[in-house]
Amino acid sequence: MDALDQRLLDEFQRDFGLTPRPYADIGARLGLDEAEVIDRLRRLTGAGAIRRIGPVFRPNRVGASTLAALAVPPDRLEEIAAVVGGYAEVNHNYAREHHLNLWFVVTAPDAGRVGEVLEEIARSTGLTPLDLPLERDFHVDLGFRLWN
Amino acid sequence: MELNETDRRLIGALRRGLPLVEHPYAALGAELGLDEGAVIARLQRFMERGLISRFGVVVDHAALGFDGNAMVVWDIPDADVEGVGRMFAGLSWVSLCYRRPRRLPHWRYNLFTMIHARQRAFVEDRVGVMTVLADSVVQASAILHTTRRFKQTAACYGTAPAAAGEA
Repeated sequence: MDALDQRLLDEFQRDFGLTPRPYADIGARLGLDEAEVIDRLRRLTGAGAIRRIGPVFRPNRVGASTLAALAVPPDRLEEIAAVVGGYAEVNHNYAREHHLNLWFVVTAPDAGRVGEVLEEIARSTGLTPLDLPLERDFHVDLGFRLWN
Repeated sequence: MELNETDRRLIGALRRGLPLVEHPYAALGAELGLDEGAVIARLQRFMERGLISRFGVVVDHAALGFDGNAMVVWDIPDADVEGVGRMFAGLSWVSLCYRRPRRLPHWRYNLFTMIHARQRAFVEDRVGVMTVLADSVVQASAILHTTRRFKQTAACYGTAPAAAGEA
């Protein structure tokens, strides 16, 4: 990864052009032509450094979401993680070091569907998810600087 | 803001990310029966209404070496949680900070922070600093280091766009 790749990752996490040719606009800032910007972004995506280019929605404005946790017996972690991750509505699903060892985020167009997903997970796993909906966000933005 | 069916389909289509082509908004619009200007105008409206916190490159922090990340949770008296939350949110190493309900007796913590770091020791160090900064009001805290990422995708707020040829 060279300095231009780093700048592509670091400087375009926000204020990405809502213009007809956003990759040409980025190129103008970096001294690259449009095709080279597209090539680099494609390569960085293929390498796993970029997950996607697009919007990050503010929680509870567009739909509904919650953070949930399960205390999974360690020998069932793989199995239960697969059940949880099988839902399109589950967008994050992490193992963490704690008695509550599986943490996942459920997002859906409405709260009814979020509740249904939690109920279905409870039914199919026999484990009751702890439901921790957002009450107040002080700062929800992962677009921080990667390099100083 | 009330979202109509077209808005939901646009949000659904964006879950996969903006296409890497010269006219990405036109390409998205072609799937949805909208022209380029209409797609851009809708996204601008989402921004203006505060639905979108940012629009741009979504990086994979772990792939870039930030694999010491942890969720750090705090038990702060309800009367103090607003002030502490605002203060923690302002720290450069805190990438997310929010309040969630307690669930006694299973879960006593009401303030959540995410710390993305390249090393685990950094997280522990910063938690120590935060504990000092929040002075006497921290009743308890816990560091939940991430051990495995089973899944990480975009939020599912939209509807899946109809395949070409469908209504």
